[in-house]
Amino acid sequence: MTTEVLDLESALERYDPVLGLEVHVELNTASKMFCGCPTAFGADPNTQVCPVCLGLPGSLPVLNARAVESAIRIGLALNCEIAEWCRFARKNYFYPDMPKNYQISQYDEPIAFNGWTEVAVDGKSYRIEIERAHMEEDTGKSLHVGGATGRIHGASHSLVDYNRAGIPLIEIVTKPIEVPGDKAAAVAKAYVGMLRDLLRALGVSDVRMEQGSLRCDANVSLKLRGATEFGTRTETKNVNSLRSVERAVTYEIQRQGAVLDAGGRVTQETRHWHEDTGITTPGRSKEQAEDYRYFPEPDLLPLAPSREWVDQLRGTLPEPPPARRIRLQAEWGFTDLEMRDVVNAGAQDLLEQTVALGTSAAAAKKWWLGELARAANDSGSDLNDLGVGPEQVAAVQRLVDDGSLNDKLARQVFDGLVKGEGTPAQIVEARGLALVSDDGALRAAVDRAIEANPEVVEKVRSGKAAAAGALIGAVMKEMRGQADAAKVRELVEAKLSS
Amino acid sequence: MSSITRDEVAHLARLARIELTDTELDHLAPQLDLIIGWVAQVSDVAAADIPPTSHSLPLTNVMRPDENVECLTPEQALAGAPAAEQQRFRVPRILTEEA
Amino acid sequence: MSDLTRKTAAELSDLMTSGQASSVEITQAHLDRIAAVDDAVHAFLYVDTEGALEQARSVDERRAAGEELGPLAGVPLALKDVLTQQDVPTTAGSRILEGWRPPYDATTVARLKAAGVVILGKTNMDEFAMGSSTENSAYGPTHNPWDLDKIPGGSGGGSAAAVAAYEAPLAIGTDTGGSIRQPGAVTGTVGVKPTYGGTSRYGLIALASSLDTPGPCARTTLDAALLHEAIAGHDPMDSTSIDQAVPPVVAAARRASVEGTRIGVVKEMGGEGYQPGVEARFHEAVELLTKLGAEVTEVSCPHFQYGLPAYYLILPSEASSNLAKFDAMRFGLRVGDDGELSAEEVMARTREAGFGAEVKRRIMLGTYALSSGYYDAYYGQAQKVRTLIQRDFARAYEQVDVLVSPSTPTTAFRIGERVDDPIAMYMNDLCTIPSNLAGNAAGSFPAGLADEDGLPVGFHVMAPVMRDDLVYQVGAALEAALAEQWGGVLMTKAAELEVSR
Repeated sequence: MTTEVLDLESALERYDPVLGLEVHVELNTASKMFCGCPTAFGADPNTQVCPVCLGLPGSLPVLNARAVESAIRIGLALNCEIAEWCRFARKNYFYPDMPKNYQISQYDEPIAFNGWTEVAVDGKSYRIEIERAHMEEDTGKSLHVGGATGRIHGASHSLVDYNRAGIPLIEIVTKPIEVPGDKAAAVAKAYVGMLRDLLRALGVSDVRMEQGSLRCDANVSLKLRGATEFGTRTETKNVNSLRSVERAVTYEIQRQGAVLDAGGRVTQETRHWHEDTGITTPGRSKEQAEDYRYFPEPDLLPLAPSREWVDQLRGTLPEPPPARRIRLQAEWGFTDLEMRDVVNAGAQDLLEQTVALGTSAAAAKKWWLGELARAANDSGSDLNDLGVGPEQVAAVQRLVDDGSLNDKLARQVFDGLVKGEGTPAQIVEARGLALVSDDGALRAAVDRAIEANPEVVEKVRSGKAAAAGALIGAVMKEMRGQADAAKVRELVEAKLSS
Repeated sequence: MSSITRDEVAHLARLARIELTDTELDHLAPQLDLIIGWVAQVSDVAAADIPPTSHSLPLTNVMRPDENVECLTPEQALAGAPAAEQQRFRVPRILTEEA
Repeated sequence: MSDLTRKTAAELSDLMTSGQASSVEITQAHLDRIAAVDDAVHAFLYVDTEGALEQARSVDERRAAGEELGPLAGVPLALKDVLTQQDVPTTAGSRILEGWRPPYDATTVARLKAAGVVILGKTNMDEFAMGSSTENSAYGPTHNPWDLDKIPGGSGGGSAAAVAAYEAPLAIGTDTGGSIRQPGAVTGTVGVKPTYGGTSRYGLIALASSLDTPGPCARTTLDAALLHEAIAGHDPMDSTSIDQAVPPVVAAARRASVEGTRIGVVKEMGGEGYQPGVEARFHEAVELLTKLGAEVTEVSCPHFQYGLPAYYLILPSEASSNLAKFDAMRFGLRVGDDGELSAEEVMARTREAGFGAEVKRRIMLGTYALSSGYYDAYYGQAQKVRTLIQRDFARAYEQVDVLVSPSTPTTAFRIGERVDDPIAMYMNDLCTIPSNLAGNAAGSFPAGLADEDGLPVGFHVMAPVMRDDLVYQVGAALEAALAEQWGGVLMTKAAELEVSR
């Protein structure tokens, strides 16, 4: 059964989308939120656990000071107020990946609240209000065994690894986002992208969406154009990339639009985004809404960050994104349009890092927004997840600058990089992409081209200089593009004028 | 406060993941009702202007440095497990989706 | 050899340092005593014969090698089965943990081991420390050595009974609403609840996180003080642990004086509901302290009476959450895993089978009190009563140094007498609970025997937060004065237990 969706234009004509984005950030602390277990990703199962994060009887949590520091810095970077006094709370529910069957989180007393940030989409700035940022701990991970898809449906049992139980998380929640409907999805994507860049600049997280260190849940509801009351919202999970954020939000707008148009009501539920099929599906509907029975965590003491400490941390913040954007644009000499393209592609950080390695801004932009953006689009991934880094881009450009490669060959090197064939030097070697720099070989090729095309030679000698292009083309063809076109032209012209 | 019904007790049992028998449900409802009626007297004195106390100690900001300490070995971690497989805790099939 | 079991910990330590007895001899004597009487008393759930003798041997070797050892090195002790001891069965009196061997030591246990104390085994208790009679143990009740038909108190009845039956000179209990002090009172022994946070909760299987406090049980005040100093102090593994010097309780116990001490008798803790014999011994004790130089006044603490209902809201709420981890997934009992039933069903069946009636009752109560719509009416209100009780204490301590009351309203009742009446059972904790809610230090000291039934009565001393020394000072003064009258501490008046061999 395929779900009905309305075309986007119609949906946006009749309804205004309201979004709420909840982003979970895994902190890059050395130890877990409440115990000293290591946090390195990818360890063997159950090798990074202790009585505390296993939830064994008698264990007690002790708060990680660096996690608090990161939480405060994140709050400050989002222009939040930092609580003068706040507590942790227990969120009680049963699930096999939750060792204590309650999660230590913060309920009505978050560490940071009432903030804001700005994102730019198509050259326009949108202000996003931040409701809160709070601290909590992550759960273990389950492998569902026996079903066809590796998901819960049809599984016969599950295997649980508690290495990730207790990893520090910061949850950042926006206030309802109401922007023009046709911009909603793009703003959502831009917000998550901006957040990712911000968190990376703060140095508090690896922010790798594909590794789960940055997770986004998208809440979407529609209200009738002109109405004040919000519609029923759905929460969509499994949104694992910036691209997915945009696509999932768009899909939900279309799906909910169809439901409402048909006179139905949107079900308040959690939905699951499927990147491959481009749809959301409902999660198991729960019989009753969960009652989390929140109460202040008695095993932890209140947190009262002194104003001195908060001010000291404020001094460690990186440049705010809007100011940074303006500065970089000026440094790079880009037009507003060019800068907008960079930001839209989520490539600001990548360009900055590439320029820092000695590449010109123009060249960096050419590759990131050209060849690499194309590759990302083709594989449906983000620029950041291509597996190609600023060092490699800089290396390729260096080869172009020193004459070892031309643009066309450089593009082939990028193809190799995306395919994971090795370093630029290795790819050049393996694919035989080096520009022929041997003058003798080039001259020989030029001679052959001239001999093979007497009519063209005639034309050139009779004054039609442009006709030389065909000779240059012939040489380039023979050299399989591995020659510097300008040099070939030089040699051709020299030969013909002699 | 209102009396607690057998259905409410059944609901609480679901929340607390305890499969109470019918006999237990029959007995618990009036017992809980009695106790709740008795404990409700806290409202007699707990005026709105009294701040609640969650800790008897006026401590704040208890934290530890971000350092690693020795973990359990996987053998120790799994030693008490009712079932284990591939160095993981084996649990019966889970019905509900992750929250 | 058998008279080794009649010695105090302090005396045993002297015997060892003077070379008159070894820890192995002392430990063996106590193991023999356990074998002789525990069929009748049932204080122990597990006796760690091998482990204890090994610990004893190790202490003897270290002493022989000339090592400086602490005052309790080589002395045997009984450990309430609510504290984790690595690789030793730890059940918390419940079926749901039957056979579980923790992979780690509680901090209290680690400190005992570091002090060279010999842990004989784990003692019986009300399941998950919920109860005042040890009748809620899944493994059968413990019997009061003064009268085997009577309860030994709870939840730490096993620890108190072990000490009262001379199975160990020392025991560790935990006190959430009176679980050290009330058993101490009804068994004629000393039981002290340190200031909350004064002893570590790391490794203590949690009941009510904001109330639980490990503490010492002994036959004399000095022994209790020695044990207190061995286990108390800041623990970085417990966020609620106090980072201050341990109050000088041993010195206070030795000082044993009430000269000039201002003592407040809590007006509301007496009268109706209190057994005449209990009140008689209490008032005599107060008179005795007056003769010894104390200034006694009556103090009113009008909100103390709300302590009991507030406690029975706070405790079940915290406990309902603390006990959620017992879900058959990572450790403990698992029922119903037939390959068909879901994890949710296995959890529910296991908890049904593994938890006893009182535990289920309190989990239901706590779940209710925390449910949406009810938090403000119940848990929220109860936390306010806590504030009121703290204020009562603060006001009182402006006028007096310590507050006193009977430890319990009655002496030990018969096993089975109150099991069907939860609220009657809860009344046992009337006098002890306010100190838990405020976090104060408090202790119970033998005051004599009630005329009606010849059973022990406890005298309850309460002191401000971190003034545990005042508790021991007053308790020791009373003990010394009464010992003069009796020719020894109260325990010496107990009849001999029938030995099963």
